[in-house]
Amino acid sequence: MKRLRHYKDTRGEGEMFRRRALAGFGLILLGLGVLVGRYVFLQVLHHDEYALRSVSNSVKPRAIPPARGLIYDRNGVLLADNVPAFRLEVRPDQVQHMNQMLAELGRVVPLDQDDLDAFRKQLRQSRRFDSVPLKMRLTEDDIARFAVNRWRFPGVDVVPYLTRYYPMGSLFADVVGYVSRIDADDLTKLDPDRYKGTTHIGRTGLERSYEDMLHGTPGYELDEVNADGQIQRVLETHPPIPGKNLYLSIDARVQKAAQDAFQGRPGAAVAIDPRNGQVLAMVSVPTYDPNLFVNGISTADYKALLNAPDKPLLNRALASAYPPGSTVKPFMGLAGLEDGVRTPEDTVFSNGVFYIPGQSRGYRDDQRYGAGTVNLYKAIYASVNTYFYKLALDLGIDRISEFMSAYGFGRPTGVDVPGEVSGVVPSRAWKAKHSPKERTWYPGETVITGIGQGYWEVTAMQLAHALATFAGRGVPYAPRVVMSTADVGKPSSPLLNPPTGPSLIKNMKDWEAVNEGMQLVIYSNDPLSTGYGHNLGGGFPYRLAGKSGTAERFSRTTNAYNEDRNTAYLAARHRAWFEVFTPAENPRIAVAVVLEAGAWGAEDSGPIARKILDAWLTTQGGAVPPDTPLPESAVAASSSAQNSPNAPEDLPQSDAPAPDSSSGGDATP
Amino acid sequence: MMIDTLRIRFHRFFRRLWTRPRIDLPLAFALLVLCGVGLVTLYSAGDSNLSLVIGQAARFVLGALFILVMSRIPPSALRNWTPWLYIGSVMLLLVVAVLGEGRGADRWLNLGIMRFQPSELMKLTMPMMVAWYLHPRQLPPRWKDIVVVGVMIGIPAALIAHQPDLGTALLVSAAGGFALFLSGMAWWRIGLLLAGAAGMVPIAWHFMHQYQRDRILTMLNPESDPLGNGWHIIQSQIAVGSGGIFGKGFEQSTQSRLDFLPEHTTDFIFAVFCEEFGLIGVCAILVLYAFIIGRCLWIAMEAKDTYSRLLAGAIGMSFFVYVFVNGGMVAGLLPVVGVPMPMVSYGGTSAVSLLVGFGVLMSIHANRKVHD
Repeated sequence: MKRLRHYKDTRGEGEMFRRRALAGFGLILLGLGVLVGRYVFLQVLHHDEYALRSVSNSVKPRAIPPARGLIYDRNGVLLADNVPAFRLEVRPDQVQHMNQMLAELGRVVPLDQDDLDAFRKQLRQSRRFDSVPLKMRLTEDDIARFAVNRWRFPGVDVVPYLTRYYPMGSLFADVVGYVSRIDADDLTKLDPDRYKGTTHIGRTGLERSYEDMLHGTPGYELDEVNADGQIQRVLETHPPIPGKNLYLSIDARVQKAAQDAFQGRPGAAVAIDPRNGQVLAMVSVPTYDPNLFVNGISTADYKALLNAPDKPLLNRALASAYPPGSTVKPFMGLAGLEDGVRTPEDTVFSNGVFYIPGQSRGYRDDQRYGAGTVNLYKAIYASVNTYFYKLALDLGIDRISEFMSAYGFGRPTGVDVPGEVSGVVPSRAWKAKHSPKERTWYPGETVITGIGQGYWEVTAMQLAHALATFAGRGVPYAPRVVMSTADVGKPSSPLLNPPTGPSLIKNMKDWEAVNEGMQLVIYSNDPLSTGYGHNLGGGFPYRLAGKSGTAERFSRTTNAYNEDRNTAYLAARHRAWFEVFTPAENPRIAVAVVLEAGAWGAEDSGPIARKILDAWLTTQGGAVPPDTPLPESAVAASSSAQNSPNAPEDLPQSDAPAPDSSSGGDATP
Repeated sequence: MMIDTLRIRFHRFFRRLWTRPRIDLPLAFALLVLCGVGLVTLYSAGDSNLSLVIGQAARFVLGALFILVMSRIPPSALRNWTPWLYIGSVMLLLVVAVLGEGRGADRWLNLGIMRFQPSELMKLTMPMMVAWYLHPRQLPPRWKDIVVVGVMIGIPAALIAHQPDLGTALLVSAAGGFALFLSGMAWWRIGLLLAGAAGMVPIAWHFMHQYQRDRILTMLNPESDPLGNGWHIIQSQIAVGSGGIFGKGFEQSTQSRLDFLPEHTTDFIFAVFCEEFGLIGVCAILVLYAFIIGRCLWIAMEAKDTYSRLLAGAIGMSFFVYVFVNGGMVAGLLPVVGVPMPMVSYGGTSAVSLLVGFGVLMSIHANRKVHD
């Protein structure tokens, strides 16, 4: 009988509950019955087997952590090594009174507050029967003193381990990075089986991005133990598989020259091989010693690094984006040619100030009274703003941002060192997103975009990448620091890095024209040339092609001409850039340099770039690594079209010229 | 004046805890025996370390005090506070999600003097909330009520599972689910929901942490992982199986003494019990657990109103989940999940929170129906 119930049937509910409770109890008894069944299976049916296993159970597995892969430069110079060291470990379940024990132990082996804090933190996170490291890198003295007192500290042991050591100190801090002790956050993310017995993990740089390759696979041994748990003998060993070794494309000598060239002035430099995207140098100045971090940096050291005014922990090559200034002009010029709004011979007249039609605000040239009639070549070598103001207006912001994005500006380049920032390519979309109050795009913003000012933000890595893409005849490669990897005892195998797309250049004539303009920056004997008088190409056997950039750090506030030419004053106001590639006809290296405080691009950053090129040239005399074949488009376009008598023929890779062999290459008047 | 009255009431309340305890004697006695068995097992599993036993006994005493206090709070008062207690527990879970600390899993809240696991509180407030919601409604529940209850269970369960603490999430949802089951939800609806849940398994698998998947895979093939959970499972089964019918005897567990069995005072302590007391001991302790659960359900049947019935029944039935999951894990029947064996596993919060639940049962018993 079905009936509608509009009221609560309390008595009926009681009865229903009784039935449900009984049914529930029935199910529970069933569940307990299943359990009993399983216990009968184990304790009665298979009792003999398990009894036997229990009696003969004297074998315990012990994890053996793998040795971390080593890191070398391109010639096999060791950059990250494993060195034997000793540490103190504590087994919590064998210590009765932890605090008392630590206090007593502290009188034998000095324990500082950092050690104790890290230990307590890890103690809370680990199981009672897992050893917890207390103090890393014991000195011989520590070991000796502990050995004498060892009987007082059951559960505390000196354990040998391999620790990371960076023999080059700070030279590769911003590339290789460092490892540090595994902490609470890591433990939640890591596969506990893969990291059993491992105490360190890659924290920054390649150590972090290649963690999976460097770490390796732990092995284990089966130990026969006695009733006290002491190992009697090792029954079986499944050795760990060490991590893979990494070989960088960077040559330590070039890296050193690059770092030294800054003479401590804050800045960054990146060099890339345009033929394959291999990074040849990457420095950030100032920097720090990664060895400090490996076994836990002391609070005092860390604070000092963190609070230093010139921010040594900042990776300026990847994580600092600056307005690129005039270094974008070659790309602007190329955009004008490729989009068909200019030919190289088209001219504009520069009289010192440029006005958007119908507007009163003036946009200035570097030369107060202008550079006169200017074609593409002169616009590049004399860095004539008016040419690019007008070109930017003719192209429009949308075409500019699309073109620049294609060269990798405004997004991470994808280099295999972590920590890259995106930078900014000015565009309507970017402005709408980042200044919601003032979303309209003004023509004046397009104008200054044309000379690398305004919203622009570019990292040294991005500029080097874009320049390398251009120099490699438009074939884009993601920058790569790691060239090849090798299993221990095996020959190395290269990491493939195919181009990320087809050539960006539609017409090689455009490439040649811009290239020519960039060569004139170095070699023109027009006093208006930004490179004039700096002799940047002097004595270099290959033809250079470059461009300076001097970006304003502050906006102009008055219409008055600033006559202050004091270098220190300008350095405080300017970021000095220089970009250069060589050999101009068939480029093999592209360099971008930024000085955070430099007066002029060519004068201050140019010599740094040249020193990097000099060091690179020297290394070409040594063992040259096998070339990856050039992509079709780059091979097809031969260098014969370029009529540059001063440049020597591109030499075969195996025999390199002596740096001074070709003094005829000096085109400076 | 008013303060004085309050003080007198307060004093009377506490005096009556001793002078007129409102205790169901069979249940109290069964719990006492269970705690005794637990302490004896712990003494052996903890390598005859008395300090471990004393610490655990202190928790039991604290729990007993909670039983006395809770037994004097009438279910009607508890019912009035229920929504606030529930909301408070969810808030605490949110706080833990934001700034908790713990062994990798963020489930603790540091209160300065003690650390506290809000998910333990949820084990009690969850069935209270479901019972509170169903109490005034027409039973058996229809889809609408079932959906509402589902949300009540789902939010805290998801927060706890996210910590990640699958074991507690399971216990909390089971407590809520049992209240729904006991409210008379139609069998076909239950069937449909279970079928739906089975369909969700692949999706749940997708959202699991890798280590959680590994635990399940390891259970199916323990030999594949000799260093991790596979080792736990193998050693635990050796302990259980080698105990045989009569066991090796008190303090004779070689698996635990020689340190082959990991976590042998906490999650895997029942394996030590099995090894030392054998199948006979297993059956005896399971009968004891069954008696406690049965007594809880009997108290629930005798209860005065729907709220008390559902709450008492759900507390009793979730007690079973502890036993089944831990017992199944130790015997290699279920994957390794952090669910303790009630009153036997060493560890503070779960023992105390279980005893608080029994305090609620005592109160429900004291306020039972009056038979004419």
